[in-house]
Amino acid sequence: MVNRKIVGAHYGLKDWLAQRITGVVMVVYTLVLSVALLQGMGNSYDSWRSLMAAGPMRFLTFIFIVSLCWHAWVGIRDIWMDYVQPAGIKLVLHVLTLLALIGYAGWAAQVIWRL
Amino acid sequence: MTTRTLQFKIYRYDPDQDQKPYMQDVAVEVDSTDRKLLDALVKLKAVDDSIAFRRSCREGVCGSDALNINGRNGLACLTDLSSFPDGKPIVLRPLPGLPVIRDLIVDMTQFFKQYHSIKPYLINNDPPPERERLQSPEDREELNGLYECILCACCSTSCPSFWWNPDKFVGPAGLLAAYRFIADTRDQATNERLDNLEDPYRLFRCHTIMNCVDVCPKGLNPTKAIGKIKDMMVKRAI
Ligand code: SF4
Ligand code: SF4
Ligand code: FES
Repeated sequence: MVNRKIVGAHYGLKDWLAQRITGVVMVVYTLVLSVALLQGMGNSYDSWRSLMAAGPMRFLTFIFIVSLCWHAWVGIRDIWMDYVQPAGIKLVLHVLTLLALIGYAGWAAQVIWRL
Repeated sequence: MTTRTLQFKIYRYDPDQDQKPYMQDVAVEVDSTDRKLLDALVKLKAVDDSIAFRRSCREGVCGSDALNINGRNGLACLTDLSSFPDGKPIVLRPLPGLPVIRDLIVDMTQFFKQYHSIKPYLINNDPPPERERLQSPEDREELNGLYECILCACCSTSCPSFWWNPDKFVGPAGLLAAYRFIADTRDQATNERLDNLEDPYRLFRCHTIMNCVDVCPKGLNPTKAIGKIKDMMVKRAI
């Protein structure tokens, strides 16, 4: 392969939009959780559990986790893109990041529904 | 005539002679007819004629005398000498992030490469009308704040994203120019222009740090133009 600078992968917009939207989701979730905690719903294990195990809260928490992972994916990948130059190592790091994040999301889902 | 002595600390580097760059202390006497930093630089050249810098129009039109002045990019010919406090040396360095050719002169190749990559010219395949391609006054209005760019590179060389990826990120000046043609109703290549920028580096390496807006000597706002390009891409995609 000749060593030329190549740009033009067409996912710039998609990732940028995803980062904005997942950012908004995380802000909303943080607000919801703060309100719940301010109302004392985290004061005892039982009240905290009933909060987190409620259907709508499970849904929100899961969406939050997915947003967090997706947001982190774009951010971390940007770091690899900026600071790691050899394409092979970069690809491996991308794949490892992606696998770790998918694993975390699955693990989190398991925790949420075990409550 | 009142005179005043200005102290300078100037970045010096002649790759043919110097092992590495150094800062030189020089003093120069200016009088009340010397109003801009460029006037003082011209006098400085009389004190030490080995100092190299670029300049041409001396009125903020050609964009050639962009420097890093006390840590901030700007044009020597538009910087008032009265803005410098007495007793503190004025620190002059070349624009950051570009290779230095000599002293205050940088190699702008990379900057112009990015500028050319956005095709900075009108693309319209219709046969030209007898007189000129017309626009409504409202459509023309959109080009204000875009066409005035003098390509001085003050913005791009103060942008951390451009420092790190000068070969992949177009930079604020190039993106401002890109939007100038995307916004032009006479241009027919809008889609190709958006395609050209829709990758993770060329446009989206802008993280809205807004250093570019802060330094533009023409008072332009590349960040706003970049935001409008993003808006257009979103509109196109949904
Ligand atoms: S946008 Fe402003 S700072 Fe940037 S190149 Fe144009 S005139 Fe210079
Ligand atoms: S707003 Fe964008 S282009 Fe301007 S300095 Fe910041 S990162 Fe660079
Ligand atoms: S000398 Fe032309 S812009 Fe300053």
